[in-house]
Amino acid sequence: MAVIEASDLTKTYGDFTAVDGISFEVAPGESFGLLGPNGAGKSTTMRMIGGTSLRTSGSLRVLGLDPEENGPLVRASLGVVPQQDSLDEELRARDNLIVYGRYFGLPKAYLTKKADELLEFAQLTDKAKEKVSALSGGMKRRLTIARGLVNEPRILLLDEPTTGLDPQARHILWDRLFRLKEQGVTLVVTTHFMDEAEQLCDRLIVIDHGTIVAEGSPQSLIRDYSTREVVEVRFGSTRNAAMEGPMRELADRIEVLPDRILLYAHDGEALLDEINRRGHTPLTSLVRRSSLEDVFLRLTGRTLID
Amino acid sequence: MTEQPAPGGTTAVDAPLVSFTGIDHAVLAKRTRRWGWVQYSSYRHAAERPFLGSSLAVALGNPILYLAAMGLGLGSIVRHDVDGVGYLWFVAPGLLVSTVVSTAAQFGTWPIFGGFKWQRTYLAAQATPLEPRQMAQGETLAITVRLLVQALLFWLLGFAFGAWPGGASLLNVPIATLAGLAMFTPLMAYAATLEEEGLQFSFVQRLIVMPMFLFAGTFFPLSVMPLSLQWIGWISPMWHGTQLARMASYGLSEPPWLVAVHLVVLVVFFVGGLWAASRTFTRRLVR
Repeated sequence: MAVIEASDLTKTYGDFTAVDGISFEVAPGESFGLLGPNGAGKSTTMRMIGGTSLRTSGSLRVLGLDPEENGPLVRASLGVVPQQDSLDEELRARDNLIVYGRYFGLPKAYLTKKADELLEFAQLTDKAKEKVSALSGGMKRRLTIARGLVNEPRILLLDEPTTGLDPQARHILWDRLFRLKEQGVTLVVTTHFMDEAEQLCDRLIVIDHGTIVAEGSPQSLIRDYSTREVVEVRFGSTRNAAMEGPMRELADRIEVLPDRILLYAHDGEALLDEINRRGHTPLTSLVRRSSLEDVFLRLTGRTLID
Repeated sequence: MTEQPAPGGTTAVDAPLVSFTGIDHAVLAKRTRRWGWVQYSSYRHAAERPFLGSSLAVALGNPILYLAAMGLGLGSIVRHDVDGVGYLWFVAPGLLVSTVVSTAAQFGTWPIFGGFKWQRTYLAAQATPLEPRQMAQGETLAITVRLLVQALLFWLLGFAFGAWPGGASLLNVPIATLAGLAMFTPLMAYAATLEEEGLQFSFVQRLIVMPMFLFAGTFFPLSVMPLSLQWIGWISPMWHGTQLARMASYGLSEPPWLVAVHLVVLVVFFVGGLWAASRTFTRRLVR
């Protein structure tokens, strides 16, 4: 049975429709992603799952319960890692875990043990007595994740878990989250990082303007909405536009950007050889595997979203 | 912590795992429904710990300064009795109540606003089984403890100054706490509605708390003021609390209907404020 079932889920704020009739299911133990640009409705969906945002219409079941009717019970089983850290900066790292655990009504004896275990898990044991204000961004994020695990949640909701972190910190976090998934925790992750979605998610939905525009595993989305490989060629800004015609003859789908042309192909090396053979030698070229980013940009467009 | 085997047979090699002991989430939810407000108040107690020293210094320093200045200093030149007693006996209950109410006013403004805006305490707590209403109740519980302690310290110190005629003045402690709560909960309800930091709390401090302190019969009976200014006392929890405290302390005699008014005003402010705060917290957090 699915641990989360959303059907026609809709949320409007006045005239603005944040979430516009989305439906999805999350299976137990699955790592499920909500992918979309800023303002697509990801965080609102997360808040509705926890029952802290009331839906306008549609139905939602979390662990078989309606979070609006059974908010406390649903949230007792959830771990939440919000987009913006809400740690208490004045409290020590370890006390943050204990106080948060008290909100769940967990006993002190359990919490003192659990806090040490979670600090270890978050690789923060030596920071246990530091005030949170003294921790780095990556450490705070890890502490927030540790805090979300204090009640042994069945589902962990992560809203943009690695936004603002440097590459090292992101990789440590992914590693931690992967361990949790191995332990059978259901993960629901929102992100606008494609590499994150590819690393963490078994299955994902791409949301844009509050609606689902695609759904599937990272691999199947790449297969359906992109090609196996992508060739990026640069001819210099003066020649770039002029090369559109010749390039179009070489690939079923191309994309002309101000500084380069992208050609979608099954075999990138062969295509690049063909470009060179025809005498269109680019200044620089790159053959790469297609990524979720290509899918994402195709589905949600390249226009800047503010 | 030592490495533990993960469920399903895989073995942890490079990182410790989180243990899952089979917590019954339904039990947690049930417990929180009932005791969430108490669970929440533990936050304020933990947050208070680093400041315990300075809080204590304020709680002890305030009464010493006030009792010395008003009781001994001003009191020494106020020759005739007020309300039939010496000035120190008259002013001490008022000082105790107004000190406690001022503390309540402070804690009902910035810390509450900060919980939404800066520390984001309520947003963190919102992801747990706690309901917004319970956070408001928990804040009230935490401030109650603080006010009781502060009032008790004031009362104990008062003995050193000879401020109390007898043991019945101990009733000043719960009376002052109730007056403080009557100030705290309405302010808390208001603070939860503010989205941006502005001058509102400075106005509260300067236009509400300060005039109350001066015109709520703390230093002289309200009856000596012109009628046009007496209303400040009537709408002020400080005055109602002070009058009750005087009755307990040196037996100020008030007609029964007025005693009832004092009590009803304080309880209505307190309970009404708490009810309003439950609503403003919920409106702020559940959108």
